[in-house]
Amino acid sequence: MLRTTGGYWDPVLWIIGFIVIAIIAYIIRGFGRKDYKGGEQLKPYLSGVEEPSKEEVHIRAGNIYWGFMEALKGYYDAMMKIHTGIINDYIAWFVGISALLFIAVFLVEVI
Amino acid sequence: MNVDWLLEHSPALIIVLPLLAAFLTPIIDKFSKKARNAFVIAVLIIEEILVIFLAHDVFTNGIHIYTMGAANPTETVPAQAAVPIRIVLEVDGMSIFMALISATVSLAAAIYSLAYIEEEKGKGKFYTLLLLVLVGMLGMELTGDMFNMFVFLEVLSIACAALIAYRSHFGDSVEGAFKFLIISSIAALFVLFAIALLYAQYDLLNIAALASAINYTHLDKIALVLLIAAFAMKCGAVPMHFWTPDAYSVAPSSITAMLVAASQASLYALFRVCFTLYGVTLNLATIGAVIIIFGLLSMFVGVTMAIPQKDIKRLMAYHAISQTGYMLLGVGVGLYLLTKPEFSSYGIKAMEGGIFHIINHAMYKGLLFLTAGAIYYRLKTRNLNEMGGLGHSMKYTSIFFIIGALAIAGIPPFNGFASKLLIYEAAYKVSPILSIIAMLVSILTLASFVKVFHSAFMGPKIHDVEEVPKSMLAGMAVLTFVIILFGLFPGWVVSNIVHPAAQALADQAAYIQAVLGG
Repeated sequence: MLRTTGGYWDPVLWIIGFIVIAIIAYIIRGFGRKDYKGGEQLKPYLSGVEEPSKEEVHIRAGNIYWGFMEALKGYYDAMMKIHTGIINDYIAWFVGISALLFIAVFLVEVI
Repeated sequence: MNVDWLLEHSPALIIVLPLLAAFLTPIIDKFSKKARNAFVIAVLIIEEILVIFLAHDVFTNGIHIYTMGAANPTETVPAQAAVPIRIVLEVDGMSIFMALISATVSLAAAIYSLAYIEEEKGKGKFYTLLLLVLVGMLGMELTGDMFNMFVFLEVLSIACAALIAYRSHFGDSVEGAFKFLIISSIAALFVLFAIALLYAQYDLLNIAALASAINYTHLDKIALVLLIAAFAMKCGAVPMHFWTPDAYSVAPSSITAMLVAASQASLYALFRVCFTLYGVTLNLATIGAVIIIFGLLSMFVGVTMAIPQKDIKRLMAYHAISQTGYMLLGVGVGLYLLTKPEFSSYGIKAMEGGIFHIINHAMYKGLLFLTAGAIYYRLKTRNLNEMGGLGHSMKYTSIFFIIGALAIAGIPPFNGFASKLLIYEAAYKVSPILSIIAMLVSILTLASFVKVFHSAFMGPKIHDVEEVPKSMLAGMAVLTFVIILFGLFPGWVVSNIVHPAAQALADQAAYIQAVLGG
């Protein structure tokens, strides 16, 4: 058991709870209709259009979270702009941050 | 050779053993490839045992001192001198905690490499450099001397750069290594200049002696800024992280796992400088806030930059930056509260969370890079768009990936959850916004790894490939075992390993006293 600031965390207890809930879920599943297996009801309904093959519809990484990135387009444009891949820029950032640290450390004393 | 002798000399042996082995490896390589492999693995297993042996002693009996070249290794200050003049290895809870990480990741990486680099040329040099990376990490972690730390930082950086460029027939490997070398050289010069400033004022290089003498003068402040900037950059803190994805993505995957541990050695150096070298003389509110800001930026920018990546290793490299943010946040909160009454209640808990996260991250990020290497080994691509359906044929790799992904996302009952929980709760006490950002980053981490799992392992079978060789699975299994073990028994790990490390870092007086006495 791990004591935290606000309480405790016991993974063994969590696993026992998880197993109990999984068993309950399995029992509830057992109350379902036995005949609901296979057949037309499991196929996706595409308004009568034939279902394309799985290879065709597998979503590639480049398309995942497109909406998320579109919503944060301004942020990502700015981020991509600073990730230039040029070593001169990397060093400029390093030196710039060092300068900011100097200001932070010395300015605090003045204030 | 008896046990007491071995224990007494273990700090030196831990560094010397892989150093000697590194130079013996190319010689053995000339005679037999199998003997070379067996030799390297045997050395790393002995190394792991030695580190565990010393760790047991340090966690039981406290700081272990070793003076290089002295007739009596515990004699830190010679009779004819007023200050330590020899190189002193000072192994406290935090040092040995880091050494445990370095030794374990190196062992897993070497086992994994047996099959992973089978088709590459220059394997003798590869293992020599791998052992030198371990020497660099352990040297930085066990030394009690600033100049010695600089030397081992250089050993580490040069060996890492050579290994990043190991597959030199790929242009991007050479480019990544070049960037790493340039940025490391400048960081090393910053460190060297800072050490020169300290030496010029105090005539000292020993960390404990410097810590007792330091006055926080203007020159000390300049040295502090140089050290913080250099080590924060070397551990990949945003906005000085740009080299990380370039280097991590092109190195052989077993080496990328070691680069994670190498970055953590720099993180350790950063913490050692703040807590031990400067300690209570610091303006703790300012420097604590600086570390927390580095942490928040690293967490958020790292994870958001990971999401759009299509290169599996670049994506994971950005996550490595993000996870470093958690460590900076946890330990930064501890530094911020170091002299306040709240430190004993939640400041130390925040530090425990940050330090626990260091070992957790080394294990699950190491594992994730190894799974990425397994995919590359079979498909010869890092492009997620060209992957799919690997779960059909690479079942063990899929399971290892799921465990690593759930652990990094902080899903219970894996180890990442326990360390993040400690950080969330303690950081909340300082400011709820810190915890909210940390939790948001965890959600985005999960989302990002769902993308990787879907792209690489799910979907119809596209590639007709087999599972990777057994030695690669064994390398992954070592790290998975630790992840599950730490996930199931976080209380034991925190009480026996993490808490002593956090306590050692916070207790500057004990570190000084171990060398100077009194």
